[in-house]
Amino acid sequence: MTGPVITVTHGVVGYDGRPVLRDVSLTVDAGEVVAVLGANGSGKSTLIRAVLGLVPLSSGEVTLFGTAQRRFRQWHRIGYVPQRLGAGSGVPATVREVVASGRLARRGVLRPAGAADRTAVAEALAAVGLTDRAGDPVATLSGGQQQRTLIARALAGRPELLVLDEPTAGVDMASQEAFAEALAGFVDGGGTVLLVAHELGPLRPLISRAVVVHQGGIAHDGAVPEPAGHHAEPDHDHVHPHGPDEPVGLWSS
Amino acid sequence: MNLFQYDFMLRALVGALIIGLAAPALGIYLVQRRLALIGDGIGHVALTGVGAGLLLNRSPVLVAVVVATIGAVTIELIRARGRTSGDLALALLFYGGIAGGVLLVGLSDSTSGNLNAYLFGALTTTSSTDLVTIAVLGAVVLVAMVGLRPALFAICHDEEYARVSGLPVRALNLLLAVTTAVTVTIAMRAVGVLLISALMVVPVAAAQQVTRGFHSTMVMAMVLGIFAAGTGVWVAATANTAPGASIVVLAIALFLVVALVAALLRVLRRRGADGLPGPAAEPHEVVLHR
Repeated sequence: MTGPVITVTHGVVGYDGRPVLRDVSLTVDAGEVVAVLGANGSGKSTLIRAVLGLVPLSSGEVTLFGTAQRRFRQWHRIGYVPQRLGAGSGVPATVREVVASGRLARRGVLRPAGAADRTAVAEALAAVGLTDRAGDPVATLSGGQQQRTLIARALAGRPELLVLDEPTAGVDMASQEAFAEALAGFVDGGGTVLLVAHELGPLRPLISRAVVVHQGGIAHDGAVPEPAGHHAEPDHDHVHPHGPDEPVGLWSS
Repeated sequence: MNLFQYDFMLRALVGALIIGLAAPALGIYLVQRRLALIGDGIGHVALTGVGAGLLLNRSPVLVAVVVATIGAVTIELIRARGRTSGDLALALLFYGGIAGGVLLVGLSDSTSGNLNAYLFGALTTTSSTDLVTIAVLGAVVLVAMVGLRPALFAICHDEEYARVSGLPVRALNLLLAVTTAVTVTIAMRAVGVLLISALMVVPVAAAQQVTRGFHSTMVMAMVLGIFAAGTGVWVAATANTAPGASIVVLAIALFLVVALVAALLRVLRRRGADGLPGPAAEPHEVVLHR
């Protein structure tokens, strides 16, 4: 029996009394690739953070693989790809070291890395095309390559569900395509995906369903909506300002 | 003539070497977390423990371990709450700690020289019992920091990801806090409350000038730490300087040397790359702003 991978039932999230998500319900079945779309500030990131338990629900319920999230312990079944890695600290870390931390969910805290861990890390690096950069400090990589490092970290744990928060925001085209390819490989292997996006770009053919979040509620749940307005113009270059200019080395700031 | 023929010098050297090895092994996580000065704060709190120990006629070091641990756990709980008032709470804890220490030491019938020993270290007065305490606690710190490296790296590098990986983030954070308290208290004997952070942070700062990965930074920081500690004791014995200050000055000198060498290497590498624009050279992936 394979039930839904994720369910959110009447989920409500508020920060300091201000509601960000109001009464959201969502189901993701095994093998689906669901894109959560919406404007900045619509609550789409909050939705997936609530699914993962990173923000608490003020009411409602989330289940993961049929278990209430509060009691869920099989975190190795989930791979999480954050929007970007938090500001670095100056202590260097190689790409391989970052990707290797994706094995911890499977291995636990006490067991040292074994041959299976090293194989999984090497395969994940190959899947995102970063094998030749494995020994380099992540701070020397471009924004897109850093993002690929994060998906490799999630893939290294061999998850059944990938949860991605704006994986392609501000990422160069070559990296977006490498990213889409890695994701396609994961989906072909039977994986389930929930991703938040502002722009779908090269990920679009992979998406099986779109959920549009608007002002904390779900405004659409079904086929990927057609772009409208200036988004529909063929030469629309999908560039949106994401706050002030950030230096390329996000880890080095 | 060999200075280390004296037992007290030998004890000083062994104690300093253990601390030189353990302090950077912990410090790398604190630096990665941007908590480089936390050791300093916990040192302040530990001083209250020293004062209480002297007043109650108990081992000052053991009482300091207990008080510093309570302080470190309190700081960690405040940090985990992530409220802006945490900054202020930390300040209260730090200054409360040092003032309480000075007050309690004054109340006990020990001399001001005794207070100085804890503020700036008194390595040469290390007794064999002290040395056993340092060795046992130092070994515990080393085993925890080296053995749990992947998990501790994960929580310091990306705490949210670590939570979604199902790691016991709170327990590991508390472990780091307790380890910091223990390291601070044993390092107090060597370099003193006011210089403790230096031994945790400076070797890491030096190592990361030339390393590429976390593991190599950790190894190099530990090598630099043990080198600074050993040479510092030797310099102190030869030139009759304060051991704690000698160790820290040497560590900072090491930092300057490593930073200089790293800068020179970068310049040379750039020159070399300009001279040989061969097909092996990769196109630039990033534009450096600095």
